[in-house]
Amino acid sequence: MSAMVLAQAANQVSTGEAVAFWVLGPLALAGGLGMIFARNAVHSALFLVMTMLSLGVIYMVQQAPFLGFVQIIVYTGAIMMLFLFVLMLVGRDSSDSVVEVLRGQRLWAGVLGVGLAVLIVAAVGRAFTDVTAVGLAGEQANGGKGNVANIGLSIFDEYLFPFELTSALLITAAVGAMVLGYVDRHLRGKRTQKELVEARFRGEHDRPSPLPGPGVFATSNSVATPALLPDGSVAEESLSRLIDATASEKLDEERKAVAGTLPGPDARALAPGKEK
Amino acid sequence: MTRAQLLADDPIWLILIKAVVLLLLGAVATMAMIILERKIVARMQHRPGPNRVGPNGWFQSIADAIKLPFKEQIIPDTADRKVYFLAPIMSTIPAFLAFSVIPFGPEVSIFGERTVLQLVDLPVGVLVVLACSSMGVYGIVLAGWASGSPYPLLGGLRSAAQVISYEIAMGLSIVAVILYTGSLSTGDIVDAQRGGWYFFLLIPSFVIYFISMIGETNRAPFDLPEAESELVGGFHTEYSSMKFALFFLAEYVNMVIVSAFCTTLFFGGYMAPWPISLIDDNYFNTGWWPLLWFFGKTWVFLFVFIWLRGTLPRLRYDQFMRLGWKVLVPANLVWIVAVVALRAVRNEADISTTTVFVIGGVILVILIGLSFLLPDRQVPDDAERVPVTGGGYPVPPLDLKVPSKEDAKPRVRRRRQTAAVGAGAGADKETEQ
Repeated sequence: MSAMVLAQAANQVSTGEAVAFWVLGPLALAGGLGMIFARNAVHSALFLVMTMLSLGVIYMVQQAPFLGFVQIIVYTGAIMMLFLFVLMLVGRDSSDSVVEVLRGQRLWAGVLGVGLAVLIVAAVGRAFTDVTAVGLAGEQANGGKGNVANIGLSIFDEYLFPFELTSALLITAAVGAMVLGYVDRHLRGKRTQKELVEARFRGEHDRPSPLPGPGVFATSNSVATPALLPDGSVAEESLSRLIDATASEKLDEERKAVAGTLPGPDARALAPGKEK
Repeated sequence: MTRAQLLADDPIWLILIKAVVLLLLGAVATMAMIILERKIVARMQHRPGPNRVGPNGWFQSIADAIKLPFKEQIIPDTADRKVYFLAPIMSTIPAFLAFSVIPFGPEVSIFGERTVLQLVDLPVGVLVVLACSSMGVYGIVLAGWASGSPYPLLGGLRSAAQVISYEIAMGLSIVAVILYTGSLSTGDIVDAQRGGWYFFLLIPSFVIYFISMIGETNRAPFDLPEAESELVGGFHTEYSSMKFALFFLAEYVNMVIVSAFCTTLFFGGYMAPWPISLIDDNYFNTGWWPLLWFFGKTWVFLFVFIWLRGTLPRLRYDQFMRLGWKVLVPANLVWIVAVVALRAVRNEADISTTTVFVIGGVILVILIGLSFLLPDRQVPDDAERVPVTGGGYPVPPLDLKVPSKEDAKPRVRRRRQTAAVGAGAGADKETEQ
């Protein structure tokens, strides 16, 4: 069976490969378009993940399993994960700014994008006519030993110097970014946890202890319930400002409705897509 | 015929049977693991554990498995619904996918068809497991983000950082095995261990793999993404019903996967252990027997998971990261260089194993000797230091004498002066928090 596939692979596309392509190709394209047009940054990142996964599987179908899995591990597993990490740190509600930070950014982006597209089309077009397919399947492909061993040989034997040069470049970039981004917190006067604790005990802060916790177990089961002081009064500082603010924002409409200050429904309220 | 050729000849029905069995295996192992974990941890803590459902409570998992999908599903108002729905799927599917490359046994006959107890034998099988674990993180991270509340988000962020760092240590610990085997295929790795299992040939690799596999699956003592005492439930705080069940399933299937992978890489996979392998020219390594050895070894690791959970306290986050980046990764790199050097030397010159061990022992003794010469860290004398009884947290000393008011007055004044100087930085810190 594998021999049959091998024979076919040289110049014509097998049914399985065609099916895989027509499923994965549109998926990859849809992911790319989704990435550009999604409003939410995290959704954008997820669409890009879809594109990368589809590409990885296409590589595997093309008898390059090593490349396919490395694509998945490195691009989707590590790089996109770092993207997501940063996006999550930025916060989920931050929307895209439409202000151009760099002058002429869009113009240059357009010019370079078109240039890249021309380059890719030219390269792919040349591949259709000038390059003959080698066929990566089987043990004897590329002169023996199989796909993985051949990649290893190419990288560490034939292209060792460019490979090492690239890695040196990447390490320089990483170290450079770290040096530029690192600020010694002791120089900036920021204190360690221990120093802070000692400062608290010296009386340099308002109170030696952290703020009191909410009265979760006092009367109800909610962190929005304030703790009670020994004399029965409410300890205001036991409530997180965050919880307070969130609840009041969400309940704002109902509060207004009860107070009668909410404007009544008008004709436009019935228009579709205005539920919120 | 080789392993790959045997597998390529499988008819469709056989492939389907194998796939369904693997799917069931994950679910059944999860249920068994949950009840075993509760029972074993209970025994370690001197309490009976679940004892209501079935004989001695052994059917508790089945009851839970039936109950969970039928519970009410609550979706938070602030959740991003699409991603919230996607997250449990993203964490479960890769977990099951990784089963496909694990070799469970050698050549057997199923309904008259010769085959190998493995779904596929890819030339890059090891990478499949790594890729699946790196895809599984998406489920956790997205769950944390999509829930729309602070605790899950913190859990998701912790988990992303944790899994990425420990995946590096894990990947590096596999490198030495691949160097010895000369192949990335899981089947070849098992075959290459006929001469000796790698857990004693490559002890450092095994130790690092073992630590990082616990970090990778978010289990105690590395269960920071879902630390109950800090983050409620971590990334799955806002999940309920079937979606929560899927996260649970994914976590336990991942544990089974890393244990099975450890067995494959370091413990000879399905091969019979030493005294048994001598019987009758290794009879117990043929037919269906190897399944027994494979699952036996895997369950030993799963027991260790439970054991660690019952024994060790949770690490602090910075300690955990320091262990990963400053201990495991550098140690691994040094070890890989040592392995490569050793192999290069042995290829060039004919050196016996004894010589290697003797030289290695001498180097080890010298290193230990040198470590004694390192000076202890000096604690700087600080006159302003608050007296500390130990543990680094400033508490009053046990023999504290409460000063009388007359003595205290000048002291307090001096303190106030220093406080006024230092107050600026302290106030900044408070507002930042």
